[in-house]
Amino acid sequence: MKFSRIWAMTRKEFIHVIRDPRSIGMGIAIPIILLLLFGYALTLDVDDVPIIVWDQSKSPASREFISRFSGSRYFKVKGYTENYPVVERAIDSSEALAGLVIPRDFAQRIESGRPVSVQWIVDGSDSNTATIANGYAEAAVLTYSQDVILHVSRQTGGRPLKPPLEVRARVWFNADMESKNYIIPGLIAVIMMVIAALLTSLTVAREWERGTMEQLISTPIKGPELVLGKLIPYFVIGMLDVILAVLMGEFLFHVPLRGSLGLLFLVGAVFLTGALSMGLLISILTKNQLLANQLALLTTFIPAFLLSGFSFPINNMPIVVQGITHLIPARYMVHLLKGIYLKGVGLKVLFLEAGLLALFAVVMIGLAIVKFKKKLG
Amino acid sequence: MIMFERLKHMLIKEFIEIFRDPRMKSIIFVTPVLQIIIFGYAVNTDVDKVATAIYDLDNSVVSRELTARFELSGYFAIKSRIGDERQMRELLDRGEVEAVLKVNKGFGNDLRAGKTALVQIIVDGTDSNTAGIVLDYSSRITGRFSREVLEARFLRTLGPAKKPGRVDLAARAWFNENLESRNFYVPGVISLLVMVITIMLTSMAVVREKEMGTMEQIMVTPIKPGEFILGKTIPFMLIGFMDVILISLVAVFWFEVPIRGNPVVLLVSAGLYLMTTLGIGLFISTISRTQQQAMMTTFFFILPASLLSGFVFPVANMPEVVQWSTLLNPMAYFLVIIRGVFLKGVGIDVLWPQMMGLFILGVVTLWVTVKRFKKTLS
Repeated sequence: MKFSRIWAMTRKEFIHVIRDPRSIGMGIAIPIILLLLFGYALTLDVDDVPIIVWDQSKSPASREFISRFSGSRYFKVKGYTENYPVVERAIDSSEALAGLVIPRDFAQRIESGRPVSVQWIVDGSDSNTATIANGYAEAAVLTYSQDVILHVSRQTGGRPLKPPLEVRARVWFNADMESKNYIIPGLIAVIMMVIAALLTSLTVAREWERGTMEQLISTPIKGPELVLGKLIPYFVIGMLDVILAVLMGEFLFHVPLRGSLGLLFLVGAVFLTGALSMGLLISILTKNQLLANQLALLTTFIPAFLLSGFSFPINNMPIVVQGITHLIPARYMVHLLKGIYLKGVGLKVLFLEAGLLALFAVVMIGLAIVKFKKKLG
Repeated sequence: MIMFERLKHMLIKEFIEIFRDPRMKSIIFVTPVLQIIIFGYAVNTDVDKVATAIYDLDNSVVSRELTARFELSGYFAIKSRIGDERQMRELLDRGEVEAVLKVNKGFGNDLRAGKTALVQIIVDGTDSNTAGIVLDYSSRITGRFSREVLEARFLRTLGPAKKPGRVDLAARAWFNENLESRNFYVPGVISLLVMVITIMLTSMAVVREKEMGTMEQIMVTPIKPGEFILGKTIPFMLIGFMDVILISLVAVFWFEVPIRGNPVVLLVSAGLYLMTTLGIGLFISTISRTQQQAMMTTFFFILPASLLSGFVFPVANMPEVVQWSTLLNPMAYFLVIIRGVFLKGVGIDVLWPQMMGLFILGVVTLWVTVKRFKKTLS
């Protein structure tokens, strides 16, 4: 292997990239634009759930009860109604996500110490939002009940009762529970995975299709030199993206970076090497731009989006599918980024994921070198 | 005027070209089915059996009673019982547990003495969504526990004469009674796969001819731009329809996602959806000079279109400006339709605005593509 030949290949590939301004745009501008757009747009925080209320009791007690909902930042009362069909229509058309129906004898029952059942109808199609809304509602009702008991005990005199439990919730690693803090590290992994594989997936196929591969074959360059020469320019572009993404995470989105910056760049470099080599391998195996394109998108975007733990927790998947996720390098990257960013842990905790990511990179580069045949045919 | 003879030849040529590479067949028909099966299992945000550690410093009858409630609720799976802070930090750091229930010393005594006793829930917030749901679950359990103790205290001090009232929440979920997240996401996976496959295929269709030099050959034939575009659209339309039907069948029969509405409404809407995705793919193809450019532009469209469609991240939470962008996003329209038909069982009377949106988007993109294509020719 000769460095001068690798360098010649690298220079040739750099010139290619610079000649096609759209690929530079793709390599640098697009990842940044996407991160910007998604960083601001994507959130899973549930508040201001629109609800519709049918208060049949119309008593001070029921109004006090409703204020537990309207006064909370989790709910937003969209309207009051006098009949059931309106509640139904509001939920059908998604105007309201939930309906609260208070029975006619609400006040009397509370007054006379009998249990009263309040109806809560929620649009379950988005089960995630529905579960959270149910939780808020349940909590509001429980505290109301408790307050009723405390109120009555105060009225009857005697020794005042105390609430039995004080629950203190502490959220570690993401104290304000902001979804952006875990969406942004995940996004960096997903976007980098796709960009990296797309950047390299056409490079060899293009040479075959355009016939320039024959010219390359007639030069003294060796297979491994060609593979490395093709990787280096895209690696430089990719690392530039990583640096920009980290800067944006820090100064724009204020995602807390609790772990080591050096480790972050190190795993970024390992991840990039793997993803770029995977694109190159696809390109070498298919020799056909159309097919390479399809394969690169199929094997990167959707798996990185759905199977990496970015949007769906891996723990919830069946064992077989969990096994499949181990083949998705973005899975390790998402885990590593969350660990470094939010938990501030180092290699001592993350060695397994980091090791597997490195293994992936080595296997991909190895396969690309082995599979690349400098032969016609 | 469209000549069917010429169109027919164009179609034959297209089909031969698509299926010349045998690997293409599997990309078109096998991978979507495989993908819906794998992703259908993956798209699940149900939070249950949360890995939990119990950190009970009191170890009294009441504290065990409280921890048992967590265990029996079905929401929490007790992974370990720990005795000090260091263990807790390690388990959370490694992600082996997502929640820790900590009961301080003196919990039982405080409760018996009628004082307020302290419980702590420590949650791993890295996934803030799961963390929020875990907190909900635990506050339901502690809330009920607290109310029962309070009711008992009330009886003890004031006697049964003056009973306080109580409110119960009779919660009922419509459209998805058991709140299974899969029912919500699988229709989304269908929309995603269809969009990705069709845009990917068509975005290459025209630019490929340009790059390979066969465009000149086509230009010397008497075929007209409109016929050319139609010839490029129809095969992919058929392939797209096959894919929609195949993966919808998997969704209904394999994943048992309920289909409550009219399948015909779904198919008609799928036709409109395909029209827009193919139009967008062809448009990308006509404005690109190389296949690589086409692919990058495709990606630049697909990634935002899918992430901003409401598939995973609710549109209602997005900034106003981004919400407006869903007006130009075919996947956002189709998601409302497919979820409406599958889960809500609603029909054209509710879904017509979305169907109209798809129709207009499709017609406009195809029209612009033909215009643009004519310009390239001359």
